[in-house]
Amino acid sequence: MKSSRRRFMKLAGAAALGLGAQPVIKAVAPASEESPQPVIRKGSNALPAEQWAMVIDTRRFHSAKDLEPLIEACHKIHNVPHLTNKNHEIKWIWETHYHNAFPGNPNPYQSEEVEHRPFMVLCNHCENPPCVRACPTKATFKRESDGIVLMDFHRCIGCRFCMAACPYGSRSFNFRDPRPFIEETNPKFPTRMKGVVEKCNFCAERLAVGQKPACVEASNGAIVFGDLKDPHSEVRELLRENFTIRRKQNLGTEPSVYYIV
Amino acid sequence: MKDKKWIVLGLVVFFGLLLFPLAWNMLVKAAPAPEVVLTKKAKAAKQCVMPKEYMTSEHMQLLDLWRHSVVRNAKREYVNPEGKKFDMSLSNTCLDCHSNKEQFCDRCHNYASVRPYCWDCHIDNPKGEE
Repeated sequence: MKSSRRRFMKLAGAAALGLGAQPVIKAVAPASEESPQPVIRKGSNALPAEQWAMVIDTRRFHSAKDLEPLIEACHKIHNVPHLTNKNHEIKWIWETHYHNAFPGNPNPYQSEEVEHRPFMVLCNHCENPPCVRACPTKATFKRESDGIVLMDFHRCIGCRFCMAACPYGSRSFNFRDPRPFIEETNPKFPTRMKGVVEKCNFCAERLAVGQKPACVEASNGAIVFGDLKDPHSEVRELLRENFTIRRKQNLGTEPSVYYIV
Repeated sequence: MKDKKWIVLGLVVFFGLLLFPLAWNMLVKAAPAPEVVLTKKAKAAKQCVMPKEYMTSEHMQLLDLWRHSVVRNAKREYVNPEGKKFDMSLSNTCLDCHSNKEQFCDRCHNYASVRPYCWDCHIDNPKGEE
């Protein structure tokens, strides 16, 4: 068919009429869409933040014993299995030596007291997380709403790219079914299965009901948790008043866990 | 055309096998759908998160939506059309009422031959009720 100016005008007119008729049709059509729909929202107690961050006052910890209750509290509520074989070990929080936490070229003649303090290490919930970029299934992701680097265990295929990408060794792989190695199961929190990676989740499930993370609660104030992007938060106040360091900061991952030394 | 009888025989066998499942289904009655058992708590609640028909056919979609919303978007509260609030949690909400996995979940799942991996991680019967 030959296209002509006349034909084009006809088509344009018909299209305009169709568009104009849309609201009329909507008004006349049965109001089936009007029935109430379920609503999904944040709980009213949920703690809000743009980027959660943690400040650990290492001056308050003197020996590995002081960190034990914190680790215990975390591992207990999250059903973290206790595997004695180092190759199979699962850890969300652990204690490490200064030189392992902050490797590099240390100054000579440093304060021995600082060097021998126990350093509590965990996932840094980086602002620029390399693990998230490595994950091929987006099982691990940086949550837009609060900056937590979280895992969707349902999606994890166990490729362990994230473990290779994480410069802090914060991730553990379930080489074995973890269930038999959980001393006391917390039925409110899922366990993991064989073949998935796991790590600290900054207690996302506790933040959602208005509680601070378990390690913060168990620390008697030695660890402070808050919103890094809120200039009036307790975390920011501590950062202003104290000299703090972060782990492997030169890598550009922007960790959200700060250490007062 | 001296292979005619073999060709016909082959066709008969072929169509016989092809149509066998249909014939079988017509002759044999399907096993009846299992009855699921509700716990006292579930009975007392009268209605689940959504109406029964919806839950029967769409619970997997609902759970998928819940998972996505909780894990990815940090939104954990579900308000159903009746205005009732629920914590979006398989472990703590669904399995709290439906604490009888063998008689509730498994019966249908076994019948339909689906093997969801929910319980590889989620602990069934979190409160240890009968």
